[in-house]
Amino acid sequence: MADFGSTDADAFRTEARDWLTANFPPSLAGVDVAMMNATGPVEGDALLWKQRMGEKGWGTPTWPAAYGGGGLSPAQARVLQQEMNRIGARNPIGGMGIMMFGPTLLEYGSEEQKQRHIPPICRGEIRWCQGYSEPGAGSDLAALQTRCEDMGDHFLVNGQKVWTSGAQYADWCFCLVRTDFTTKHEGISFILFDMRTPGVEVRPIKLISGNSPFCETFLTDVKVPKENLVGPLNGGWTIGKRLLQHERNSLSGGGGSAGRFAAGTPLDALAKTYVGVDGTGRIADPDLRSRIIRHQMEAKAFMLTLMRAQAEARGGGGPSNATSIMKNVGSKVGQERAELAVEIMGAQGLGWEGDGFTDKELEQTRNWLGGKATTIYGGSAEIQNNIIAKRILGLLDHQ
Amino acid sequence: MAVLTEEQSMLRDAARAWVQEKAPVSALRKARDGGSLLGYAPEAFADMAAMGWAGVVVPEACGGSEFGYLSLGLVLEELGRTLAASPLAVSSMAAVSALVRAGTDAQKECWLSAIAAGEAVVALAVDEGPRHDPVRTALKAEASGGGWRLSGAKAFVAEGMAATAFIVAARTAGAPGDEAGITLFLIPADATGLTRSPRHLADSRDYAALIFEGVEAGAEAVLGRAGDGYALLERTLDVARIAIAAEMLGMAAQGFDTTLDYLKTRVQFGQTIGSFQALQHRAARMLSELELARSCVEAALAAIDQDAEDLAQQAALAKAVAGDTLNLISREMVQMHGGIGMTDAHDAGLYLKRARAVETLFGSTAWHRDRWGRMQGF
Repeated sequence: MADFGSTDADAFRTEARDWLTANFPPSLAGVDVAMMNATGPVEGDALLWKQRMGEKGWGTPTWPAAYGGGGLSPAQARVLQQEMNRIGARNPIGGMGIMMFGPTLLEYGSEEQKQRHIPPICRGEIRWCQGYSEPGAGSDLAALQTRCEDMGDHFLVNGQKVWTSGAQYADWCFCLVRTDFTTKHEGISFILFDMRTPGVEVRPIKLISGNSPFCETFLTDVKVPKENLVGPLNGGWTIGKRLLQHERNSLSGGGGSAGRFAAGTPLDALAKTYVGVDGTGRIADPDLRSRIIRHQMEAKAFMLTLMRAQAEARGGGGPSNATSIMKNVGSKVGQERAELAVEIMGAQGLGWEGDGFTDKELEQTRNWLGGKATTIYGGSAEIQNNIIAKRILGLLDHQ
Repeated sequence: MAVLTEEQSMLRDAARAWVQEKAPVSALRKARDGGSLLGYAPEAFADMAAMGWAGVVVPEACGGSEFGYLSLGLVLEELGRTLAASPLAVSSMAAVSALVRAGTDAQKECWLSAIAAGEAVVALAVDEGPRHDPVRTALKAEASGGGWRLSGAKAFVAEGMAATAFIVAARTAGAPGDEAGITLFLIPADATGLTRSPRHLADSRDYAALIFEGVEAGAEAVLGRAGDGYALLERTLDVARIAIAAEMLGMAAQGFDTTLDYLKTRVQFGQTIGSFQALQHRAARMLSELELARSCVEAALAAIDQDAEDLAQQAALAKAVAGDTLNLISREMVQMHGGIGMTDAHDAGLYLKRARAVETLFGSTAWHRDRWGRMQGF
């Protein structure tokens, strides 16, 4: 199964362990530097760790060394991850550049584009945001209307993007624009622009959770250099869809964040605290108890499916049907967990602010609301079902 | 699909090919219409034994291939696809696991090679009513001379008419509901005082009602330790539950494939009904459930091979998730086929009937959910 011998694995394990011992600041055990970096500058040990991993290329371990990646084999990358887990080291390089844009540019970008944009991603220097959705183009993404005109020596872009995650912190944007209004999918192009370009205006959107992880992005006479077109003119839809596959993979936990759904206080412990137990020590409310059990079993089945998909990927059989269901099942399990937590905690689980609530309780309220986005973004649950029906099951479009 | 070795892939492919050729759904239909008590033709099971399937988890020294539970699970899944009946799950997997784990040398010698050769079938005589509840065991075994006398009844013993012997759960102490005081016995089907009669369920498979009237059993008939058999019983049942879950996975997978084919071929309103979004999204849900069930079943099979500490949890999870999945798919299979799915001539009804029978066998979905919750401390 491993793609290199165990002697090599042992040798690389020693190398990884030595390097981490010399370079990982122990003060950062369990600290998510990538998350800090997503919303602002990092300093001190965090900056040091980010710079060292960036220079080594191990934040993007399997990307080609020629563009600043680690150049490791998948097996070596797993060894590195194991060694990092052992000491609580988290990858300080993250964000959309790693999860979506980088892999897509490596596949579709020109040599010049890769040389220019990939190394700063590997070093965690540039934050990318995604200019996809528009007010009139949500689930029907290909209906997008942002106009991109060829002005000879540059493109001129006018329009509005929405749900741009982290746009208020982003340095660059990868963006789908319309370069031909006479056709739908074949009139879309994939371009890149600097968020500091004149005419780019960002307004954060306040959500039901009270947070603003998304923005509206207004584009007024934005001048984009011609070299920032990725792939052919009017050939952006294929590239844009490929990027969405990377997005779904990372949203469902296929990108390695499999532990996310197990995070937080287990529901049974929560229920014993807030609901109480019966004479035999079981959760006192039998209806709630059976629904918690049902949920926990589905969460366990989902975790086993993630593990199976990873084992299959290592086995070299290519992605199986298991991957196609990940986003929907993962988001459903996460939402169900939050709904049950609210129900278990009663009024204490709806605390909004101020006295009378623990930080965890307040966070739970916001997470419950924020989590409603997971079946909407990255292709809604309904769109995922359309994709499964058509691409995996081979069912036809309605005529 | 789990990552398989080359040998496992070959075994699965061989099983798939044999099942398609020798045991399609029409074989079950033929056995049913011919009044078979077993649900299969004896020569079909002889064929399986000749291919080594009856001895996949039997030690090599006893004539088996010791090829592992995941491997046997692959065969059971393929058999499930066409509802191919056999005593492999109960006898060649669950009973063998008990004999290997707790059998004396004499018991192993007597039974294991005969099971591997397809000459013996050992069924599990545990439940005494229509719902699975091993701890309620009431059938009495009283000390008599140097041995025991068994009196009582067992109900709905799967593969009970085919069995040449039974692993019988009996109470040697305590009262129904007590874990302590349960003893397992190996009793030949032709023992004096033991009578059996068939019970015909909707799935046309083999179930027997057993009556024990002072059946004499020597001390050598005790499997494991007298009075302390509950842990062995539960572990044996867990293996049986996982075996049945593997069969259920195959049934669900085929039920889905058959339904998907129909969605692609049945035309109404001038287009295939599979082009309607209402049906597409239900199909997508079935695929999701199927993938989750596969993960649980394959993990549980591997857990037997690894003798995992949490085998009981894994068995409960696999049986419950496979149960939910098969329940959904067997309903949708009938519904999406419309009127044709209601006819006896179509296979959908056979899947529906077998689905409910295996859902209740060795513990229903709700029973295993509650059991899983208890084991987790809920």
